[in-house]
Amino acid sequence: MHDMSAHAHVAHHAPPTSFIRKHIFSLDHKVIGKQYYGLALLAVFVGMFLSWLMRLHLGWTNLTIPGLHLLSSNGAPGNVMTPEYYLQLMTMHATIMVFFVLTTAPFAAFGNYFLPIQVGAEDMPFPRFNMMSFWITFAGFVVLVSSFFVGDGPTLGGWTQYAPLSAVGSVAGPGEGSGVVLWAISIALFCVGQLLGSLNFITTTLDMRTKGMSLWRLPLSTWAWFITSVMGLTAFAVLMPACILLILDHVAGTSFFVPSNLVISDQVQPHSGGSTLLWQHLFWFFGHPEVYIAIVPGMGIISHVLIANMRRPMLSHRTLIYSFGALAVLSYMVYGHHMFVSGMNPVSSIAFSFPTLIITIPSTILVLIWLGSLYGARLRINTASLFALGFISMFISGGVSGFFLAQPSIDIMLHATYFVVGHFHMVMGVAAMFGIFAGTYFWFPKMFGRMMNETLGKVHFWLTFVGTYCIFMPFHYLGLAGNVRRYQAFVVDYMQPLVPVHRFITVAALITGAAQLIFLYNLIHSRFWGEPAPENPWQATSLEWSTPSSPPPFDNFGGKLPVVYHDPYQYGVEGSTGDYVMQDSPEQIETVRDEG
Amino acid sequence: MATTIHEPPRIEERRHPSPISGSGNGSGRGLVPAGGNLRSVQEYAPPPASTGIWVALAAITMSFAALTSALVVRKGGAPDWRHFTLPSILYANTLVLLASSVTLEISRRRVATFMGGLRSRVANPARWLYVTLSLGLLFVAGQYAAWRQLSAQGLYLATNPSSSFFYVFTAAHALHVLGGLGGLARVIRKLNQFVLRRSTLDATSRYWHFMDVLWVYLLVLLLMKL
Amino acid sequence: MAKIFAVTIIVIAILSAIPILRHTWWMAPDISTHGAPIDEQMSETMAEAGISFLASQILLAIFIWKFSQSKPGEKIRSFPGGAMTMVIGAFLLVGTEVLALGAFGAKAWASIYFTAPAPNAMPIQVQAGQFAFYFRYPGPDGKFGPLHPDMISEASQNVYGLDIDHDPDAKDDIVTAEMAVPANREIHLLMHAKDVGHSFFVPELRVQQDFVPGLDLSIHFTATKVGRYEIVCTQLCGLGHYNMRTYLSVLSQQDFEDWLKKQAASQ
Repeated sequence: MHDMSAHAHVAHHAPPTSFIRKHIFSLDHKVIGKQYYGLALLAVFVGMFLSWLMRLHLGWTNLTIPGLHLLSSNGAPGNVMTPEYYLQLMTMHATIMVFFVLTTAPFAAFGNYFLPIQVGAEDMPFPRFNMMSFWITFAGFVVLVSSFFVGDGPTLGGWTQYAPLSAVGSVAGPGEGSGVVLWAISIALFCVGQLLGSLNFITTTLDMRTKGMSLWRLPLSTWAWFITSVMGLTAFAVLMPACILLILDHVAGTSFFVPSNLVISDQVQPHSGGSTLLWQHLFWFFGHPEVYIAIVPGMGIISHVLIANMRRPMLSHRTLIYSFGALAVLSYMVYGHHMFVSGMNPVSSIAFSFPTLIITIPSTILVLIWLGSLYGARLRINTASLFALGFISMFISGGVSGFFLAQPSIDIMLHATYFVVGHFHMVMGVAAMFGIFAGTYFWFPKMFGRMMNETLGKVHFWLTFVGTYCIFMPFHYLGLAGNVRRYQAFVVDYMQPLVPVHRFITVAALITGAAQLIFLYNLIHSRFWGEPAPENPWQATSLEWSTPSSPPPFDNFGGKLPVVYHDPYQYGVEGSTGDYVMQDSPEQIETVRDEG
Repeated sequence: MATTIHEPPRIEERRHPSPISGSGNGSGRGLVPAGGNLRSVQEYAPPPASTGIWVALAAITMSFAALTSALVVRKGGAPDWRHFTLPSILYANTLVLLASSVTLEISRRRVATFMGGLRSRVANPARWLYVTLSLGLLFVAGQYAAWRQLSAQGLYLATNPSSSFFYVFTAAHALHVLGGLGGLARVIRKLNQFVLRRSTLDATSRYWHFMDVLWVYLLVLLLMKL
Repeated sequence: MAKIFAVTIIVIAILSAIPILRHTWWMAPDISTHGAPIDEQMSETMAEAGISFLASQILLAIFIWKFSQSKPGEKIRSFPGGAMTMVIGAFLLVGTEVLALGAFGAKAWASIYFTAPAPNAMPIQVQAGQFAFYFRYPGPDGKFGPLHPDMISEASQNVYGLDIDHDPDAKDDIVTAEMAVPANREIHLLMHAKDVGHSFFVPELRVQQDFVPGLDLSIHFTATKVGRYEIVCTQLCGLGHYNMRTYLSVLSQQDFEDWLKKQAASQ
């Protein structure tokens, strides 16, 4: 059939036997993928718990939350949250969610598990780097969470950590001493972990493809992970040195970001000449691509899931890939739109505004192709496809608010309001989460060899879909009314009438959050007691469904690598097994081709 | 929907020799038989190591580009920038590092000859690698001496933005050179155990030469900007 | 299930649009001379974004409704025109739409930020610090005294670090905790931060500008409507951020002069 030795010299390692090598310090990309998923799961529930506390406080500022003082006796004396503790929770919620959930789950977790299988490889080329990637990321998470228990708690500076608040030390407020340093160490570690991961992803995609697997024959999910890893490589490589400079400003007394003559508590700070905008430039050069690092894998995953459930390929495989690429390239040219009112040269604002507006073109192409591909499809409704369709709805809702924020003149009114919070929660928070859910319900059978419970899945979907709209749509209204973000209470005269809206959001958030416990239960229950999964439960075509078992054996394909004969999505054809033909099936068929 | 009969795939064969021992098992990865016949060491670079090193170099370039732009921005807006003369030992260090690249190239050729089986012509292929390793260590020691010279002048990390950037750049570069030294040590170890792959050596050399280029760039940058 | 989903999407889309159409929550009325283009730009963008939003959500719902019902064995069909239509459509429709928005938006932005303040604009200085704004009026001599950061002292109420004993220009400077301006007079606001980043946001005035430590920035505006408005900080500045606010009083010329005199007397 084929020559196995062609790839045997790379990453050909035998299955380990000891527990530690098998489950903890494993070199197997599948185990590492599951470890990343586990980390994201832990992180998302921590992050969600923090958001519950925050929401309760925003609805009822003086609410007594029983037991809260156990979490922090300074932050919640008498079980009532202090203003600074609110900001600390907010910062941790954002950091945990952006880095340890939205980057790890759709990119690192699913990517690690399925990218090598979808290209037809036994493993990644650098399994040791892969293992280090996870454990360094995990160390970053531990360092971040440890800041809850060190000194005066975690940093309160927001996930953007604007200098000089973040750079002058504890004199600026609780958590601005050790809290910031731990934050910066954590993020620097995270960057190293993701750089190692991106290195593996890129090399796997370029060099480890099996016979017949040309680049255009890669599934959309693989393309999305590949493009994301290119973004990750460049973005995290910038954030890491920025974090190191921030740490030096703290511990070594340098003045990269702290200007002269700052007076805090009547003391002139011993720094001189630093540039606060420098931090903003470095941060957002990473920060905007990061948004796409969170969302592009989701786009790939839901395209992959939808195709299998529409029983037809997308209208154009290549146009989708080109659009992913366009998003990646443009994401580096738009970062200044976060700084329209920062005092940056107003000419730059206009220069950053146009690429930001232009980025709506590839986004629109994506949406139109998803919609156009639904036309004439034979759509199967299951939890995975519901979440994938929900992704499209959320992406549209979160996307249109970008029209506003791309324009500096309107940004004068909307900058730093809940409108922005609504925008990014919808598009990079909820939409990306829907991508993760779609991927989970779709791939769970392959990862764990058992089916997830569909009824519970649908209950989870409905509560989440309606719930997230109830939470995040009103954010936009609050923003229009001038409700400023990052406030622990709304004492400003014109914001007080908005408190009932916040209470509505809080109730919706509690219910939607509780619905995630259904998901957790489904996940754990199905893992151990779910119905055993067949090899290809969705009658899908890509290589992960060609593996000889669910979960796949140690070397993925049971000793012989597949040979690829077809484009990834041969649905709606007359194959010998039904309306689809597997990518590695040698049978000749009338091929489904792109139209344009 | 166009109706075309699907063509069988064009399969691009890669020129890789089959590994000698059939089933690899971890450590040696089945590259060398127990007897250690050098002819059986892999001759052809498998792509992942070669691609991987370029990807890694791209990331390193990105990090140093970020630091460079930080320097330009920080210098541009600050009246507090104080110029200082670079310690003269840096030029000697530069020569040492460049020399190490030359010796590495020599050893790479020798190892290639050695792998080709013409062992009689080369007594010990690792010798030039040891020279490279020593030169690399000498470079790092020289950089440390440069730091000592600066601090003797009273210029510390936090003294002035110019000295801050000097220490940050040289330290970041020195860390990467130390990483390269680790890679060289690994190459020597593998060579001595007869399990060295050509691709490992090539990737390590590429990284090492890149450290040269990066250092020359940094030297020019620091000369112009500090 | 698919039909319920389709209906849900449409209901959510319409419910989301209602508060926008009814302006249930909306921007406060504009009291500035430069705000009209911003408001116009906002309405234009809202119209275009709203139409895109409703059209795509409803299309999504219709397709879900329609194409989840196919019988087994039914052949799949393709959207007439295929992907090329989508791409061309996106470029033409959305491309021209966003470029037009961008061009008009840039014009609105330029009218605010690319104009110099009039020579007779009234200078007022504002200093942002954790967690209060302080304003300084130059007094009868029209000159601001120099600042001495090392002399800043909350305890002795010298929030600006003025050296009244030695700097003649500083002697008549009037420092206040609230801001007052005469109506229909251009104000040149000179901004600096004392400690960390802050921002100056008055929704009614259509003004939001960050204070950047280490940089002296300025904006200029004219308020047209007498009244009392709130100034809030929008740049996270520490634990008291939510409570960093003060008032802007837009007064008639006479009231303003009286107010300033009263403030001067209490220095």
